[in-house]
Amino acid sequence: MSSTTAAAAHDDHHHGPEKGLLRWVKTTNHKDIGTLYLWFSFAMLLVGGAFAMGIRSELLQPGLQLFEPQFYNQLTTMHGLIMVFGAIMPAFVGLANWLIPMMVGAPDMALPRMNNWSFWILPFAGTILLSTFFMEGGAPAFGWTFYAPLSTTFAPDSTDFFIFAIHLLGFSSIMGAINIIATVLNMRAPEMRLMDMPLFVWTWLITSFLLIGAMPVLAGAVTMMLTDRNFGTAFFDAAGGGDPVMFQHIFWFFGHPEVYIMILPAFGIISHIIPTFSRKPLFGYSSMVYATASIAFLSYIVWAHHMFLTGMPVAGELYFMYATMLIAVPTGVKVFNWVATMWKGSMTFETPMLWALSFVFLFTIGGFSGLMLGIAPADIQYHDTYFVVAHFHYVLVTGALWGIIAAVFYWLPRWTGRMYNERLAKIHFWIAMISVNVTFFPQHFIGLAGMPRRIPDYALQFADFNFISSIGSFAFGLSFLLFTYIIVDCIRNGKLAEARPWESAKGLEWTLPSPAPYHSFDEPPTRAEILAESQHS
Amino acid sequence: MKLLLTFTGAIAALIGSKSAFAEYTLNMTKGITDLSQDIYWLHMMAFWVCVAIGVVVFGAMFYSIVAHRKSKGAKAANFHESTTVEFIWTGIPILILIAMAIPASKTLIDIEVLEKADMTVKVTGIQWKWQYDYPEEGISFVSNLAQSSRDVIKASPEEREAVHNESTYLRSVDKHLVLPVDTTVRFLITSNDVIHNWWVPAFGVKQDANPGFINDAWAKPNEIGTYRGQCAELCGKDHGFMPIVVDVVSKADYAAWVESKQAEKVAELASATQEWTEAELVARGEEVYNANCSGCHQKDGSGIPGVFPAMIGSEVTNGPADYQIGMVLNGLRGMPAFKMLSDTDIASVITYERRSFGNNGSVVQPSDVTSAR
Repeated sequence: MSSTTAAAAHDDHHHGPEKGLLRWVKTTNHKDIGTLYLWFSFAMLLVGGAFAMGIRSELLQPGLQLFEPQFYNQLTTMHGLIMVFGAIMPAFVGLANWLIPMMVGAPDMALPRMNNWSFWILPFAGTILLSTFFMEGGAPAFGWTFYAPLSTTFAPDSTDFFIFAIHLLGFSSIMGAINIIATVLNMRAPEMRLMDMPLFVWTWLITSFLLIGAMPVLAGAVTMMLTDRNFGTAFFDAAGGGDPVMFQHIFWFFGHPEVYIMILPAFGIISHIIPTFSRKPLFGYSSMVYATASIAFLSYIVWAHHMFLTGMPVAGELYFMYATMLIAVPTGVKVFNWVATMWKGSMTFETPMLWALSFVFLFTIGGFSGLMLGIAPADIQYHDTYFVVAHFHYVLVTGALWGIIAAVFYWLPRWTGRMYNERLAKIHFWIAMISVNVTFFPQHFIGLAGMPRRIPDYALQFADFNFISSIGSFAFGLSFLLFTYIIVDCIRNGKLAEARPWESAKGLEWTLPSPAPYHSFDEPPTRAEILAESQHS
Repeated sequence: MKLLLTFTGAIAALIGSKSAFAEYTLNMTKGITDLSQDIYWLHMMAFWVCVAIGVVVFGAMFYSIVAHRKSKGAKAANFHESTTVEFIWTGIPILILIAMAIPASKTLIDIEVLEKADMTVKVTGIQWKWQYDYPEEGISFVSNLAQSSRDVIKASPEEREAVHNESTYLRSVDKHLVLPVDTTVRFLITSNDVIHNWWVPAFGVKQDANPGFINDAWAKPNEIGTYRGQCAELCGKDHGFMPIVVDVVSKADYAAWVESKQAEKVAELASATQEWTEAELVARGEEVYNANCSGCHQKDGSGIPGVFPAMIGSEVTNGPADYQIGMVLNGLRGMPAFKMLSDTDIASVITYERRSFGNNGSVVQPSDVTSAR
């Protein structure tokens, strides 16, 4: 009740948003910045998706029809970079901005001006990255993993712009992470203990530490590239006493935590949605927190499983194989807990629940192929084939992206105060669910049959499944037009939503009036309110 | 709109020619070495473990979705914690993983530890071809994508299928690697430029080729036959056009092949001391050019502006021959060195470049290259 009156008092004091476009430039409000992040990441999703459509069009049939190989490599490189750094990561930061202050009973983020800056870096970084397409020699064409020396001695001039863009994206991520840690630890309602926090907050807190640990390593890698390219150093050049494999160690020391940066917040989201629509508290709350922390810790000590073929000593391979297999344990615990939450629930299947169930099913399939890839001898045959492409699209598209879309439908009434069109949203779900599997499942087969990734043309034996995969991807790509329509339609014409639109949703965010007031909690929620809304009561 | 038409056309063309390639594989190759079969076994073992776990987990999930739904009047229970259950489903996966790790470790050690090899082949990745050296036999050659594939990359599906079956398009080379059956071969794998990866699925061998370092791998092929693979690490523009073809032959055939290769080498050396006519050099040079140079400088010598210089009207192809010979032998900036080619090949290709594409440079004889080395 304190929040309701607080919000009413607010309007009297004219603390609402500024009028006009400058509102979005100058804003320090967590909701405005969350909105900016989400729209930016959606735009990047469409750009990265357009690149994917280009890739799949070229692969529709054998032979080269649309692109030269060099341009094809630019497409795969930019598709990966834009999706990872432009779409998935900013989308999660956007969700964190919108939700974390509301979930921990805070008025706003802890560092609002830095929040503004960390967002506004992104459009510039994205523009610099995309502008490389128009430079002489074209955009970077060395894959999103940019292995040296292909990305140093043999790379186009535009690589220096790519390096600068990566630096900027890294600044933005680190500032976002600092802000989230400061908000969770300092702005949390005084009566809220750490083990009262909802799982989205927990997973983001842990993710923030991964970001702060991993992004500077990436910055180090690109800085070494910069000096190798321009200032005569030889970090990655054997002729000068360096080692190209060292690049991969540094890259994957960032890269492996990075994949958990992209999935842990999604774990948190799913842990909100499944209890709501099962009408049952989350099973094993504390084991979920411990499992998340274990995954985060393990993510720092498994990086070289991406490098089984670089010529590592056998002892190193054995260690990285065992450590990698170990990650299956806490990840399994999470899946078991979600299933146990559904067990003997009273389930309904509104759109967010459909996405969440689909997440559990498809992410687990991605986890299975991950376990198979972790077996080092078998990885010899899987490595750098479409089996790997299928694996990481199952965990990143039907994992990370599915989590984001589930979150959008679940919290959209909270954000906009309006309800989306449930019928259309369900149709969209089924189109996406079917087409994403038509796209990515056959890639397991072509990978096992021996088709390497990152090639613009292939042997005729791979033609059938590539054809199916391409057709699926076109349908999947088009489904996002429907998604856009549903969101815009909700914002403009949606029916007014209740403050708690889902029957048994729990969480402090639902205690605010609808639509959510500009500033979240002016007065912290009481212990009783916190306990009533906690996930383990 | 044009793109849309291309799509529609491509889809129509593909549906029309669908029956042409009915042969495809769903699963990993078993291969023809003991190790590749061990790998296949591990792969299938891991697959069935995943299927079993999937049946249990998805079974519980879908049972719940069907049985515990509100529309059927299911009332929600309120249990939400059980340390016992958490211990069970932490413990059982650990046991399963240990059971998987034991055979995996054994195979990994078999792969990585080679006691004694019968012969050695050095494999060098070069943008975008493979060089094979048999140091003990004194054989060395470069293996390029076959012209028969190169010619039909941009052709219609019908033209492609007229020349190629399921496995030969983009997986054919001009010179095959030849190995004897039932012989332990050690591969020493390295690179001249960027990282490549030498992958022959039938051998269960896939190993990065790192510039400046040498990796090793080994195989003991059990069956005579032709086996195809390709580069498995993004290595630049023509990464997709860098195939590997290995002929595993009987020991007698292998001995004969070694003899013929050595004789070829003697003849090649002798040819470098002869005087060649311009026509002979140009004819041979065209083949060498298409295999080694056209990837960057293009078949018609036009190059790619800003990246790969054109041959047409170039100062190099029309200027002093010595400069061009040095450039081909030693490389320059982005251009790799081609000193692994024979003197005759280098002289031919330089002559071809200097006398074709409307150029007017001088003829280069093999002896000029010999003295420049």
